[in-house]
Amino acid sequence: MQACFKDKVGDVLLPGDVFSFQMPESITDSKPEKVVCGPGLRRNGDEVLVCKSGILRHKQPNLYWIDSQQRRYVPGKGESVIGIITAKSGDIFKVDVGGSEQASLSYLAFEGATKRNRPNVQVGDLVYSQFIIANKDMEPELVCIDSCGRANGMGVFGAGGLLFKVSLGLVRRLLAPQSEIAKDLEKMFPFEIVVGMNGRVWVKSKTIQQTLIVANLLESCENMTAQQRQTLFRRVADGSI
Amino acid sequence: MANDNAKLSKNLLRMKFMQRGLDADTKEQLEEEERRIISDEHWYLDLPELKAKENFIIEERSFGPCEDLKYGRMSFKGFNTDVEKLMIVMNAPNEEELEEEEISRMETDITDEDMARRYESLVGSMKKKFAKKRERSAIKDVNQNAIETQTKKAFLKPQD
Repeated sequence: MQACFKDKVGDVLLPGDVFSFQMPESITDSKPEKVVCGPGLRRNGDEVLVCKSGILRHKQPNLYWIDSQQRRYVPGKGESVIGIITAKSGDIFKVDVGGSEQASLSYLAFEGATKRNRPNVQVGDLVYSQFIIANKDMEPELVCIDSCGRANGMGVFGAGGLLFKVSLGLVRRLLAPQSEIAKDLEKMFPFEIVVGMNGRVWVKSKTIQQTLIVANLLESCENMTAQQRQTLFRRVADGSI
Repeated sequence: MANDNAKLSKNLLRMKFMQRGLDADTKEQLEEEERRIISDEHWYLDLPELKAKENFIIEERSFGPCEDLKYGRMSFKGFNTDVEKLMIVMNAPNEEELEEEEISRMETDITDEDMARRYESLVGSMKKKFAKKRERSAIKDVNQNAIETQTKKAFLKPQD
């Protein structure tokens, strides 16, 4: 079963490509291995369809996904995003996360919140939160605590600072382990950054000028080679820009 | 008067308070009838049996587990120390892996021989604990290899 995938790892695939696993009759007794298909792949009966254009990636032992570029965010369970509170209604907040539908966030889903002790959240606040329910048939739901009830940095943030949008691909490049961009940014000056999987990035630094520098650098990182980026960062560090 | 009983309708006989006076034959007959009615009324779908097929393809909608993405809050050069602490905690490798490492190290800490030697000495002290007071003194004697002829205890008359 995995052989069909293995051949194509690293290749460009287009929506509509099909992987089918029609077993020859002779080896049906042997138990086929399980395959996990990540974003960009969709199961349809016994076959796997490609539904995004991009490069097929593989991770041990049996995880396959399509590495694609897009700007539109589709909520996924367990992803951490930056949301904007748009409404307060009864015991839930409505949160704009950039998806097709607004997510709901219970007022009890904050660290230390009880029925009597409501969290101080206003319309327009930024929240860093995690999807607990995200599927195509249901309203997405956010929480600002982990399974142990701790905030772990989630919750309302963003006094001062600047919020902007980048592509989802750039966000993943920023969050990747041993990310080159993050390493380059680290060397510059003290600042704080919050990266949401929905493409929203929030930056805060000591001065507005420095905040703007980081924001502009990140936005220009989108379409640059590693070399171009490093020369640009060096020029910024020298103070020539 | 004797025929009165036979005239009672079946529905009436089926009632709870009538059951007491019924003899075994009529009781069985009624039950039989009831069973037939139930099986007639019981209907089912004329469909082939549903076979639950095992699914070998699992879907995962998020990039997180695919690319091992890091924690989304970052702070550099000490701008926000709380976040820097959190970064260390959240980006640490999985706890399970760490625990496994710890267990393997613990295993090498104390060898089996050490363990055996420790238990060897424990046997004696545990035995002592469960022994009664008199036996305990006997054990001590044995250990000291001083075999004394135990004088039989007897009542001694106090001297005047």
